[in-house]
Amino acid sequence: MTAFLQLDQVSKSFGAVTVAEDLSYGVQAGEALGVIGPNGAGKTSMFNLITGTLRPNSGKVWFDGQDVTGMNAAKRCRAGMARSFQVPQPFSGMTVFENAMIAATQAAGLSGQAAEKFCLEILEQTELLDRANTLAGGLTLLGRKRLELTRALCAKPKLLMLDEIAGGLTESECASLVKTIKDIHARGVTIIWIEHVVHALLAVVDRLIVIDFGMKIAEGEPKAIMQSPEVQEIYLGIEADA
Amino acid sequence: MEWVNAIVQGTLLGGLYALFAAGLSLIFGVMRLVNIAHGDFIVLGAYLGLSVTTILGIHPLVALVFVVPCMAMIGYILQRGILNQTLGGDLLSPLLVTFGLSVILQNALLEIYSADPQKMNAGALETASVSLGDLSLGVLPLLTFGIAVAVIAALQWTFYRTALGRAFRATSDNQEIAQLMGLNRRHIFGMAMALALAVTAIAGIMLGIRTSFDPSVGGGRLIFGFEAVIIGGLGNLWGTLAGGVILGVAQTIGAKIDPGWQLLAGHIVFLAILAVRPNGLFPRVSG
Repeated sequence: MTAFLQLDQVSKSFGAVTVAEDLSYGVQAGEALGVIGPNGAGKTSMFNLITGTLRPNSGKVWFDGQDVTGMNAAKRCRAGMARSFQVPQPFSGMTVFENAMIAATQAAGLSGQAAEKFCLEILEQTELLDRANTLAGGLTLLGRKRLELTRALCAKPKLLMLDEIAGGLTESECASLVKTIKDIHARGVTIIWIEHVVHALLAVVDRLIVIDFGMKIAEGEPKAIMQSPEVQEIYLGIEADA
Repeated sequence: MEWVNAIVQGTLLGGLYALFAAGLSLIFGVMRLVNIAHGDFIVLGAYLGLSVTTILGIHPLVALVFVVPCMAMIGYILQRGILNQTLGGDLLSPLLVTFGLSVILQNALLEIYSADPQKMNAGALETASVSLGDLSLGVLPLLTFGIAVAVIAALQWTFYRTALGRAFRATSDNQEIAQLMGLNRRHIFGMAMALALAVTAIAGIMLGIRTSFDPSVGGGRLIFGFEAVIIGGLGNLWGTLAGGVILGVAQTIGAKIDPGWQLLAGHIVFLAILAVRPNGLFPRVSG
């Protein structure tokens, strides 16, 4: 496999519900891939299949030159995958800084002062430094979204997966988050970003895939994809003008 | 004055109960596992202490140096080998497995050490006392209480100041996310059980110096431990110490009224607190 992340005919179903069907695509190192599709299309399940929370019924997942299909989530994380959650899931009884430290020590393998310094750098980047000692459960929505990003970054990921991180934010909040993500991408981190806020997505990604009913129905250059008839149909009246 | 004396003696007794309870509290806090065999592990700690003191001819407190790491190792192996397999789904399976462990431990101890009551000899420490005004305080209960405070402070420090403690708290907060952050849940749980049984070893040795024991006394220690944890509030280690003290004071005051009332008074106070504050006196504030 040549791609940095490669899904090879991945299928997964729960009884009659199919969340992935013959899903194949690759992401090159350093690339930013956008993923769109209607609600319930299987986008988040696809992340779960990549991170190892779900195991496919058939097909393979390759990451950084090795077959990770049988690898558990903790190992995949230490191999360089990190994700954020659509509904933020911080360790709410711990402070923002401690949340970051978990990722830095456990996933990135840092320790002591190096870990602390690294976390502070990331917190500055994600603009959470002034909330470092706040309990994560007490953050605002933007704060929790930023914490999702912080925690993923503190894992020193080679592949960063973002799940609707711009959803529910105001325009200006969204713009500042997009800027942060752009900076991260500029440093060479490979990104897969699932997003309904299409204009935020288009500001960052190099390529777009469209998923519906667990299948890839379109793939290509973002602007062209957004103007294709399939996508126009799915998004008709939602984001057709983005 | 007699009442003051009962309260002070009860407080010191509470230190021992807090030692019984600390391991239980830690295990429940980190992995939501109710360890029915906890009392029997306390007794196992006492018997290991007895063997070490008899074979090497050393003081029971020195025996801690051997028994604590030994119990920690048993804890890690037990968790990785058996208990991890029972976690994650139904609450019933860990309950049944630890119940089975309890039966196995009791019978194994009975087979090896017989049913004769045993006691560890701590020499002059057992009878030494200091006078404080009109009160006469045993050095051993004072030492036990001091050790309990030190153990709880150390556990608290571990939880809030070390990387391992952070991993404990993260796993307890959200296991699935902790896995995605690269935490190896099986190892973290193993470390938690190792730490819990290390504390249990201390509890066992202090029990074995204070009173005589036989393979069947584990159940009673388990109940005292449970009551201390629940009175104090789940997941709060200092609360567990307070719970132990409340239980100890209730028992000594009960015994003061009528010697037959010692255990009953403890249980009644436990029930009363449970009725008024079902979450215990100092439940952990969740964020």
